[in-house]
Amino acid sequence: MLIKRPNDIVSSEITPESLYWNRRQFLRATGAALAVAFPLSRRERGPGGEDPGRRGWVGDDDKPNSYEDITHYNNYYEFGPDKRDPSEHSGGFRPRPWTVAVGGEVHKPKTFDIDEMLRRYPAEERIYRLRCVEAWSMVVPWNGFALSKLLGDVQPTSQAKYVAFTTVYRPTEMPGQNTDILPWPYVEGLRLDEAMHPLATLVTGLYGKPLPNQDGAPIRLVVPWKYGFKGIKAIVKIQLTRTQPPTTWSLAAPDEYGFYANVNPEVDHPRWSQKRERRLGEFLRRPTLMFNGYGDQVASLYAGMDLKVNY
Amino acid sequence: MSSVISRRWSVRLAHTGIVVAGLVPVAVLISDVLRDNLGANPVEAIEHRMGDWTIWLLLATLAVSPLRRLTGWNGLIRYRRTLGLLTFSYVCLHFLAYLVIDQGFPIQGFAIRYVVEDILKRPYITVGFTAFLLLIPLAVTSTKGWVRRLGRKWKALHQLIYVAAALGVLHYLWQIKGDRPTAVYHALVLVGLLGARVWRVRALRRSPDAPRAAARLPSPLPGPASDPS
Repeated sequence: MLIKRPNDIVSSEITPESLYWNRRQFLRATGAALAVAFPLSRRERGPGGEDPGRRGWVGDDDKPNSYEDITHYNNYYEFGPDKRDPSEHSGGFRPRPWTVAVGGEVHKPKTFDIDEMLRRYPAEERIYRLRCVEAWSMVVPWNGFALSKLLGDVQPTSQAKYVAFTTVYRPTEMPGQNTDILPWPYVEGLRLDEAMHPLATLVTGLYGKPLPNQDGAPIRLVVPWKYGFKGIKAIVKIQLTRTQPPTTWSLAAPDEYGFYANVNPEVDHPRWSQKRERRLGEFLRRPTLMFNGYGDQVASLYAGMDLKVNY
Repeated sequence: MSSVISRRWSVRLAHTGIVVAGLVPVAVLISDVLRDNLGANPVEAIEHRMGDWTIWLLLATLAVSPLRRLTGWNGLIRYRRTLGLLTFSYVCLHFLAYLVIDQGFPIQGFAIRYVVEDILKRPYITVGFTAFLLLIPLAVTSTKGWVRRLGRKWKALHQLIYVAAALGVLHYLWQIKGDRPTAVYHALVLVGLLGARVWRVRALRRSPDAPRAAARLPSPLPGPASDPS
């Protein structure tokens, strides 16, 4: 039996509008992929014009997972190692009051109050595939804004090469932080050009609702072409740095989890295959796509790099 | 006479009870599947549940001999085979879940490629699959006929259970991301169960008079020659 391969072209999200229209012209011209150019029509929404805030979209066979699944199947070790732990043990977590300190190699460091941040950067819907390093995936209708907007406002210096993120450390509210399953607090990082990519998103909601505690309230990172663990949750600090910052999973198991963690079916996890994945809600595994299907947008970031070495 | 009959009945009843109790997890699983109660990733849930029960039942099987010695209740040994065969049933379900609903074979014929690759290249699957293979001859030779036919060799053959158990625990330990206490508990229980045997063998060896050494242990009698203990 053949698995229907999602069309590579449709994997475009949050593309600048000019490019977006270019591609549509291209699609029209080729005529080959008209059907997939309008996946939103399936959800009774026009392909862009009618609802400019809801610009993210995915392939025709990428149906968003249910709110129930997205909020009850989580990897969030601060609340425990099992998939249901975050939904069961995050009730005592308080996502307000909350501030995010943005600093380091920037001209205008600023500590944002979360509500001020939400007003300043209106959330748009961004529907992305999420591919976990454990070989399962979902499709999530996030609400958030481009990380590049925030970074642009604090004005990185010419020395800034990387962006380092830190999760809040609150052992009283996050029971997992009382265990040594991982070094705490959770830290993550991106190269500055990755962070400035329009697909890199700071997420504050999902399905049009405020982000639930178990999904990373009140603010988390989503980098859809990378494995899910890059999407650090409950962010309190964003630092621009000159050198590559440490990242939690590569500290815990450097031979298994690298700094880049780009979704790559050609580079297996040392203990399991990354060639296929189980999309939650589907019975048969589907092939994993290079850069999680966002190769058209992001492959150029890694031109000339050996992705087997920089896993 | 009547007490012999009632005893036989109670043994049979206990056997039936163990088998029925042993199948409860399957019934619960079926009910959960039908009620869509397995969460967002039912395939993983089925696989893990069957795997968990395999390990627990395997450890329970290994606990029979030390428990018998500890309690002096020799009748316990009768139930070891039943537990062993339940373990084997669960490992079969676990493997079938992996093969059919996880990897998609034979619905996707090409998936066999991934299965073979998994078995050859992924250490945790290699050891898990090896443990499964090791349990097959044990299940086959579990009948009275085979015990008779193999004689002393039966005991030697069935010592493979220790290898299978160690590989099974390793299989669990090796696949997890981060440190999970449950994997360590399995390992500790296994080490305890194996340690009890090593301790007993050494205690027996230390004394030139094996029966007296055994008598020092809480239980009066060593097992029949055909039991790996």
